[in-house]
Amino acid sequence: MDIVILGLPMMYYIAMVAKVLVAFVFVLLTVAYATYAERKIIGHMQVRLGPMRTGWHGLLQPIADGVKLFFKEEIVPSQASTFAFLIAPLIALVPAFITFAVIPFGGVIEVAGYKIPLQIASYVDMASGKVYDINVGVLYILAMSSLGVYGIVLAGWASNSKYSLLGGLRASAQMISYELSAGLAIVSVFMLSGTLSMNEIVNLQSGMGGFEWYAFKQPLAFIMFFICSIAEINRTPFDLPEAETELVSGFCTEYSSMKYAMFFMAEYANMVTVCALTTTLFLGGWNGPLATTFTLLGPVYFVAKVYFLMFFCMWLRATVPRYRYDQLMHIGWKVFIPLGLINIVVTGIWNYLI
Amino acid sequence: MEQTIFYILAAAAVLATVLAITEKHPVHAILFLVTSLFSMATIFYLLMAPLVAAFEVILYAGAIMVLFLFVIMMLDLGHPEKGLAPHWKEWLPAAVLSGISIASLVLVIVSRHAAPAAPAAMPTIREVAVRLFQEHGLAVELISLQLLFALVGALYLGRQAKSGDSK
Repeated sequence: MDIVILGLPMMYYIAMVAKVLVAFVFVLLTVAYATYAERKIIGHMQVRLGPMRTGWHGLLQPIADGVKLFFKEEIVPSQASTFAFLIAPLIALVPAFITFAVIPFGGVIEVAGYKIPLQIASYVDMASGKVYDINVGVLYILAMSSLGVYGIVLAGWASNSKYSLLGGLRASAQMISYELSAGLAIVSVFMLSGTLSMNEIVNLQSGMGGFEWYAFKQPLAFIMFFICSIAEINRTPFDLPEAETELVSGFCTEYSSMKYAMFFMAEYANMVTVCALTTTLFLGGWNGPLATTFTLLGPVYFVAKVYFLMFFCMWLRATVPRYRYDQLMHIGWKVFIPLGLINIVVTGIWNYLI
Repeated sequence: MEQTIFYILAAAAVLATVLAITEKHPVHAILFLVTSLFSMATIFYLLMAPLVAAFEVILYAGAIMVLFLFVIMMLDLGHPEKGLAPHWKEWLPAAVLSGISIASLVLVIVSRHAAPAAPAAMPTIREVAVRLFQEHGLAVELISLQLLFALVGALYLGRQAKSGDSK
């Protein structure tokens, strides 16, 4: 392990590739089985069984769906702008995956005497034992989620269909509106943490036996951030860009085969990312009882929290009906933004007094 | 390594900007502009300015360009590539102004011999905030007021002729 490439030990590169693979496979598998879990959970909530035929209790359903989508015909509408039409699913999919680079999914583990922080974009300084990660981690996530809008808007525009265009317009308006209030909710977390590094934010929540979560200190910001994130990724009750009762299927009306599957994957990958981000910012990340002594417990807690939030998303979808467009805009601009600003002011006064 | 990445990104930025100017279709032009901004943001990150990089992507690529795209999609320009080129009297002021700014940029580059010493460490977000809101607080407030004026002006121009229901 003494080989040094560009000033870093060989182990650094091996660990980096391993971390990328683990995170990528985790997101992919979660995406595949989230579709299955969603159908199963909503089914049981509506007193149905959900998929039952493919494998034991329908466990092979996501694979069957994938194979089916592969063999569908690729259709490019004749009047569509081909370049934008082909590139839009990619633009939607890539930001959904690369946001995972800055989310810490565990503490520092030791493999063969080399310390590996379980976060892709970070490294341990061997001399001081400190973990360094990208020091604007949360801003990076905000930046990537704002790029995801392009995929949907371009898909809507390039399809050259009225339904798609309306879906794209709705998506862009909705995502811009809710990005603001999500950002304001995050600001109140920064006011407590004083740092933007995800690793630091998680470490600051490790007190009280792993339960010093920002969700308890900032309950309003937690609820606001989670709701705004759901709105930003176009999940029910905010799925207006693809409201099938009004817009057929919104921005992905004209898409078929794997290109449609890519939008589908992007939606679920966004859900994983948003739940992971909420976990990191408000639910203590990988912290939990004994997580600092047994480092391998960290990823277990992290995955458990993420899956709980995803279950909550599906529960919401089974419970709440879709908003009307004016209600959506009203909630975004007239309720969440003032509430977020008030929360910031109150947090500021509170921090000043204590 | 970093130098190679820098040259790749710089080439991408220049190429995308040139394409953004020459492209006749506004939506494609915006896509090229976003590519250029994204390469610029990555260059900022390479230059140890992650905060600037993040703001470049969030504000320019993420918010402003989406608004541009939104407006262009709403306007439904039909076939803009068949549009007439503006008369020389129309673009003359713009040409003069950009000529002045390019000339002053060249003057600045030529007159400055030694580059200013790079700061030793990356400024933390706290230092940036103190600089921005304590030292230059007045300027920030003035700029935000100017944006407010523009907003009020846009509301005034876009008001409906008949004062119907106020919803």
